Amino acid sequence: MENQLYLSSSPHIHSGETTDKVMRKVIYALLPACAVAIYFFGLPALMVLLLCTLGCVAAEGISCKLQGRNMTLGDGSAALTGILLGLNLPPSSPWWLALFGAAIAILIGKQVYGGLGYNPFNPALVARVVLLISFPVQMTSWTSPAPLGSDLDAVTSATPLGAMKTAVMLTGKLPELAHSGFSQYLIGNMAGSLGEVSAIALLLGGGYLLWKRIISWHIPVAFIGSVLIIGGIFWAVSPEKYPNPLFHLLTGGLLLGALFMATDMVTSPVTDKGMLIFGFGCGLLTVLIRLFGGYPEGVSFAILLMNAATPLIDRFCRPKIYGQVEAKV
Amino acid sequence: MSVKAMNLKTFKGGLHPPDGKHDSATKAIETCPLPEELVIPLAQHIGAPAEACVEVGTRVKKGSLIGKAKGFVSVPVHASTSGEVIAVEPRLHPMGKALPAIVIKPDGEDCWDENLTGADPETLSAEELKSRILDAGIVGMGGATFPAHVKLSPPPEKQIDTLILNGVECEPFLTADHRIMLEETERILDGIDILRKVLGIDRAVIGIEDNKPDAIEKMAREAASRNIEVQALEVKYPQGAEKQLIDAITGRQVPSGTLPMEVGVVVHNVGTAAAISDAVRLGRPLVERVISITGPGVNTPKNLLVRIGTSLEFLVEQCDGLNGDPAKIIMGGPMMGQAQLSLEPPAIRGTSGLLIFRKQDLPRLESGPCIRCGRCIGVCPIHLQPTTIAAYARLDLFDEAADYHPLDCIECGCCTYICPATLPLVQSIRYAKAAIMAKKRTL
Repeated sequence: MENQLYLSSSPHIHSGETTDKVMRKVIYALLPACAVAIYFFGLPALMVLLLCTLGCVAAEGISCKLQGRNMTLGDGSAALTGILLGLNLPPSSPWWLALFGAAIAILIGKQVYGGLGYNPFNPALVARVVLLISFPVQMTSWTSPAPLGSDLDAVTSATPLGAMKTAVMLTGKLPELAHSGFSQYLIGNMAGSLGEVSAIALLLGGGYLLWKRIISWHIPVAFIGSVLIIGGIFWAVSPEKYPNPLFHLLTGGLLLGALFMATDMVTSPVTDKGMLIFGFGCGLLTVLIRLFGGYPEGVSFAILLMNAATPLIDRFCRPKIYGQVEAKV
Repeated sequence: MSVKAMNLKTFKGGLHPPDGKHDSATKAIETCPLPEELVIPLAQHIGAPAEACVEVGTRVKKGSLIGKAKGFVSVPVHASTSGEVIAVEPRLHPMGKALPAIVIKPDGEDCWDENLTGADPETLSAEELKSRILDAGIVGMGGATFPAHVKLSPPPEKQIDTLILNGVECEPFLTADHRIMLEETERILDGIDILRKVLGIDRAVIGIEDNKPDAIEKMAREAASRNIEVQALEVKYPQGAEKQLIDAITGRQVPSGTLPMEVGVVVHNVGTAAAISDAVRLGRPLVERVISITGPGVNTPKNLLVRIGTSLEFLVEQCDGLNGDPAKIIMGGPMMGQAQLSLEPPAIRGTSGLLIFRKQDLPRLESGPCIRCGRCIGVCPIHLQPTTIAAYARLDLFDEAADYHPLDCIECGCCTYICPATLPLVQSIRYAKAAIMAKKRTL
């Protein structure tokens, strides 16, 4: 009997919540957004999601094999990166764009740094930005939704943020779509990347993550709150030129970014205070890029820039340790 | 005072491990029979081990002195039954190595040493009370085994104003303190009165976790007339850790590197208080204690009143034996207890529980990379950054690790328990602590 006893030191029990279970729950939380994307954009959306996911899983597997590292497919992080990347691409993305993006996400975004846990930037966003800069035509070819079962054809269309940027640049004024149609934005009936269209589906998934305590409220609230407040200030100053903060909230990738991308544990700060600063920085940069930058959408760049600031934020937001006080009596 | 009306107090951090107490919480304390032999180690407390004062062939009675205290931070050791000393030699100790012990063959009479006489605490001075507590070998019975008389001897410049009794028992599975509070309420309260007299203070607060409403109710009912407070505490591990308990009850933080007396508080376990009552009123030294023998690996979990020196194997036999093959034998609770090499070591004064797990009850062992989820930081009751300290420790970068205050770690194990990557965080911190302490000593 004796030689079969474990002698490891305490604690002798574990919560059972392991990395693979955390990743699996995030994937579950993304399923509503995937379903809405497939509903509105049909088979092409399904293809993009599948290609990105399989591409990421394959890239991770091959990379681990070539490097002689332990196979890490089981932790689910590669599949999650693939789904997130797919949700960040236009529905009309060609197959090679999806696969190339998947390879970039895993190889350049993650494995070169040492794999899960060591990457400074969100891998899916690294891939999105690489694709955006390298293939601007394919990455900004948006189609209007053509829901399953409807006889609509998918036609080329601008995203609301894209249309706003064009109108403001040409006329100096906001287009009509920045003032109305919010209920359609809420359910996702607009042009955009797969995952940014349905606010309701994203909120459902985000709520699930909060409920399961996979993410804390700090980053989403600080991110979305600062976009609303900063966007709101601009709107209050000049409603002709700057959109309603609700327009900021419901269009583009804000909800996807704030709930699922900025909250990526590996690339965001570890303390509550740090997360609030991180979320605020993301929100500020998003509004500035959307209103004054060259690109219509700023969420990806904002998160990547704040990813870069994460080590610094962690350094300055160390928790106050119990007992670092003077005696009171 | 009605229990429901009480505000639950707590501390920041911590977590909720599965409670595991239902198997033994309702089992009344039973007296464990006399084993064939008793192995009584001379080191059962923090500080210098006692020095043997008997030899092979010496006849002893229950409570007879067999080891003398050696120095101030040390306590004497006593025979836990009557019989004959048959060996004075190193035996396997719960610490995992052979340490000097006195082996007694019981004569079956189990009669107390007639030289032991009790006294009415009212008639004794604080100093006399304290010397009785020392002579009885009283140590902290929550598991830390710090000599009680040392805690009761604050330097004159430290003004003590609050005595806290630890009835929290936040470790999963353990129910010994719970049963003592229900069944030995009077002895605990008597011990508290003695402790207040020794310290010369009035305020005494018994902290009990809210998962023991029957104990809170009974203690509150009987403590009210003696002007002793009962404070219900939120169920959260490690609520019973000394610093967290002080924080919850008084709102005071014990400064880093100091003792509770720094903030005017002395903390004792409820079981210690009961033992102090016996030590003074009956003159009986600490030779037996209540132990929860539980876990999925024993057939009939029980709370047993056990003579110090009884082998763990004998305790398991009293619980109708092992249920399946044991994979881990733990002395203490599952969060901070010590894994045992076998069932050979004896129960000692700090043994609050004997917990047996089978293979299927243990977590998987392989670790992955840190995903920076920050959970270890959120649960740390000291608000450390366990993953950062552990990362430096893994690289032997102890100077860098020291910047993150590993010496303040209380080793509660919350970080390792919660880590999704199943990293051995607290284990790495222990490693860093040992290295940093070793370096300090050589400077």
